[in-house]
Parts: sequence; structure tokens; C-alpha cells
Amino acid sequence: MIFTLIKIELFKTFAKWRTYIGFIAIGVLFPVIMYFLKTEGGGIVDSSMRSIKNEFLISGNLFNAWVVTEFIMNSLWIHVPFLIVLVAGDMLSGEATAGTFRFSLIRPITRTEFLISKFIVNLFYASSLLIFMWALCVGLGLYLFGSGDLVSLADGMITIIPESEAAMRIALAFGLAIISMWVVASLAFLFSSFIENAIGPIIGTMAIMVFSLIISNLPVDAVEPYKPYLFTTYQSVWLEAFKYEIDWVKISDSIIALGINIFAFFLISYFIFIRKDIRS
Amino acid sequence: MPEIILRTENLGKQFRSRWATQNINLEVHRGDVFGFLGPNGAGKSTTIRMIYSLIRPSTGFVEIFGYRVDKQRKLALQKVAGIVERPDFYLYLSAYRNMQIAGSLTLGKSPEKKKILETLEIVGLQSRADDKVKTFSHGMKQRLGIAQALLCDPELIVLDEPTNGLDPQGMKDVRELIKKLAREKKMTIFLSSHILSEVEQVATRMAIINNGSIISQGKVSDLLGFKNLKIEIEATPIQKVKSILKKNKNVKDIEIVKNKIHAKTANSEIPKLTEELIKNKCKIFSISKNNSLEEYFLSITQK
Repeated sequence: MIFTLIKIELFKTFAKWRTYIGFIAIGVLFPVIMYFLKTEGGGIVDSSMRSIKNEFLISGNLFNAWVVTEFIMNSLWIHVPFLIVLVAGDMLSGEATAGTFRFSLIRPITRTEFLISKFIVNLFYASSLLIFMWALCVGLGLYLFGSGDLVSLADGMITIIPESEAAMRIALAFGLAIISMWVVASLAFLFSSFIENAIGPIIGTMAIMVFSLIISNLPVDAVEPYKPYLFTTYQSVWLEAFKYEIDWVKISDSIIALGINIFAFFLISYFIFIRKDIRS
Repeated sequence: MPEIILRTENLGKQFRSRWATQNINLEVHRGDVFGFLGPNGAGKSTTIRMIYSLIRPSTGFVEIFGYRVDKQRKLALQKVAGIVERPDFYLYLSAYRNMQIAGSLTLGKSPEKKKILETLEIVGLQSRADDKVKTFSHGMKQRLGIAQALLCDPELIVLDEPTNGLDPQGMKDVRELIKKLAREKKMTIFLSSHILSEVEQVATRMAIINNGSIISQGKVSDLLGFKNLKIEIEATPIQKVKSILKKNKNVKDIEIVKNKIHAKTANSEIPKLTEELIKNKCKIFSISKNNSLEEYFLSITQK
């Protein structure tokens, strides 16, 4: 039954106009950014990095698809989460608003199955958006800028990743970013389980995201003890892919921490939803 | 002893300090068209929501086909379908897709296209199968609600105010359909309504709920037949009619109001009265039962 429910949820989700806002936003805005980077950005970056070019032997273009993709990945802090929350926040609350819980939950299915299927589709949507972003950035980036070494400024250091490794590093970064975005999707899903309109989960999730992000990056001793408990502390895990030596221990620790957050958000959603009186 | 298909025991729901329903004990037998009657806000929809476990009861339980809904939900709801309050659908999907989803949720796989279209035809929506539900009127949504309930050939259909928002012809069609389903397909129907005449026309058994409690339950003929109904007779000559009625011991409280006779009698007396008036060459223009739910409640509470 769970596969049937997932199929139904996928169909319902991708039949909604709202689902495509994220794809349209990425599909329109990122090429525009790339176009401006192509026409104006290259010169600026080239001149500012001329010293690097003089000191190091860089193969290919300095301003290439991989560098542009890494630059665009900075939208993962706020912009992409917002696009994910638009759909994730509507997953359960949208059904409550439309009164369609009464359509689905009067059938011989359990609430657990219903919730799991929705949660899986929620994660699938976040993943698909990131995969689309990856394909667009890399594809269009290679077309417009060509290939070359990946010069990264992640972690405040200049790291030059050879061209032969760049594609793999970008893929790894997107893979980690997907897990990072699952936390956002799960948090929005949690809000969606007890708020009966889509606006509440969107505002709630973004507020927590921004607040936690600020705390996670605040160089103040007073907040240091709290940082390990904030999911935003681990969300930057995708930056690890751009370091010269990949710290797999740190990556696995972050994945575990993010996984715990995802599971905890789901579990809370589950206990809320399972006990919820459907009155809409 | 008829098979009990749906049974509730001491079903109650408390919202904060207010009890929406209390001690609801219902028994629906196989083959019944069970009328669940009550005014707006009496607790009908809360009870139906508890039957489907959309709302968790504060007390008691619901048993369908012998399975507890709170413990064996899938088995209990396998052969049940219906509408809870207004029929809501995925408005951005077509009627066909909504039917497909409804069927898949019940059967675990998509129903056959032919079956979906046949069911839509029953409610006159086959030509609109591919239209998005957001373009449908309330009446059309109501009919689609009935169609999705019929799709998987359930044995029990729970309909919550199914004629709400329908035009007179639509209301008549739905009532005819309910009768037909019970008669030809041997379906058991649980029909919630606040319209007494509706229940009177289609139900075989009924329960009346008021202020969250069941105040009466039994066969419709038993409940309606032995009560003092208020009747209004428009006939001439009015004084002659009055004197004929006065001679009948089963007619009480006879009075003339605006050239019409108001009286109280049993439902079963009405044909006899009509016959007597005709025999005495009175001209009858109308005999109507003042059978509003409120009036009926009064007759029950004054018992």
C-alpha cells in the first residue's frame, strides 16, 4: 500500500502549480545570474584573481563551470531553502486547508502510511530541486564558461582542486546539500503537521532557519555551547567537498547529526499527526 | 437477528470542557437505510468523523463489520465509503483523477477506467470526467462525492447531508439513487440529514440526535407512525370538515386558523381521514403534515 500512496502523493505534488515555482525560479534566475557572470563577472574575477594566476599553474579557464557552480551554491543558505519550504510547508497544511484529509483518511489506510508517503515525497521534491539545480549549473556552466580547475575560497582559504576532480567534488557537494536541504524540508513538514495553512509553516521554518544560521555563525563565546545542537551548524557540510583534503570523518559526523534532526522532526510530526483531530 | 454492520458504544467527544456528543449508541443492520437525523450542530458530523476515526473519541468505540475502527482500521473501513460533511476534492485535478485516487486508496491499485466512467455516468458526470474539479458547481461536487463513494462497490455507505446544495431535481435524484442502491445492490446506507422529509422518504430505521445525545432510535414507521403529528387541512365546507374531524377520537386539538384546519393525529390516521372527508363530499385542496424537525422533537420530548 505504501508504494501506491507514494505514487499518489508524487502525482498530487507534481500536478500542483506551486511545485514548479522552485524549478521555474532556478530555471530562470540561475541562467540570468550566469549570463551576467559571463558578460560582466568574468572580468572582475579574472582581475581580482590575476595574482593567483600568476602564482599558480591553473589549467583551463579560471572562471569556469565549477567555480560558477560553487558560487551559485551559496544560494543554499537562504534562497533554495525558501523554495523547498514553499512545497514542504504545504504538504499537510494544504490538505487541511482544502479539506481533503476527509477525502483520503476515510479510506482503509493508516495515518502512519499516509504520513510516511508524504514525507518521502517531501524529501524527493527537495532532492529533485537540487538535482535540477546541479544539472542546470553544470550543464549551462560548461556551455558558457567551459571547464578548468576549481578554485575555491571555501573556509576562507584558497583551494585549487584539479580539473579532473572538479566534477566529482561538485557532485559530492550537491549530494551533501541534498541531505542538508532534507532537514529544511523536514522542519517545514513538522510545522505543516500542526498549522492548518501553508503560510505558517513557511514563515516558521524560515524564521528558525535564519535565526539558527545567525547563531551558528556568531563568533561569540556565549553561544558556542549551543552550536552543536543547531542543525544549521551541520548544514554547511557541502562546503567540505571543496576542501583540498576531504575530511570524511567530519562529513559523516555532520550527516549523522543532520540525520538525527530529520528523524526527530519526522517523529514529532508523526506524534502530532497521529493524534490530530481532523476537523477541517 | 439481523447482522449488525455498524455499532457504536458510549461514543463521546469532548472538545476542551464541552461535550460535542455523549453516549452515542447506534446499531446499523445490514440492508438498512439508516437515517441519522438532527438539527445543525446536534453532533451528526462529529459522530460521523468518529466513525471514520477522523476524530478520536473521548469515550467509547466504533465497530464496523465486527472490527474496531481504532484498532483494526484497515479491516473496518475496507468495505466502507462515503462523504463527510461537504465533498472536498483535489481541485487542481480532474474528476477522473480524483476518482482514480479514491479508488487506489481503497483498493491499493487504480480502478479500471471503464469502472470509473461507469460510476461517473451514474451521477451524470461522465462528460465532465476530464474537467478539473475547480470548475464544478457545489451540486456537481456533491454528485462526484457520491460517485467516489460508489466506485469500489462498498457494503456500507456513510453519507453526511448528501443533498446539501442540490437543486430539487438533484435532491430527488439522490434520494432515488439511495433507494435504488439499497434495493438493487443491497447496500447498507447510513444517511445523515437535518431534513425530516428526506429521512422519512428513504430510511427504514433512524436515530435522532439532539444536543449531542441520541434521543430516539428505531424503525422509521414505529417512530413516526405513533406520534401526534400536526396536520393542516385545506378543505371546504370548513365547518363540516371540522365536525367530521371532531367525531374521530384519534384527532385532537382541532382549530380553524385562516380558513384552514389545524389538528393533531397519528400518521396512520391520515388516509382514513381523507377517505372520510371524501365520503362526506368535502372538497379537499390539501392535507399537509407539519413535520419540521423541531415539531417532531417536541412530540418526542412531550411523550
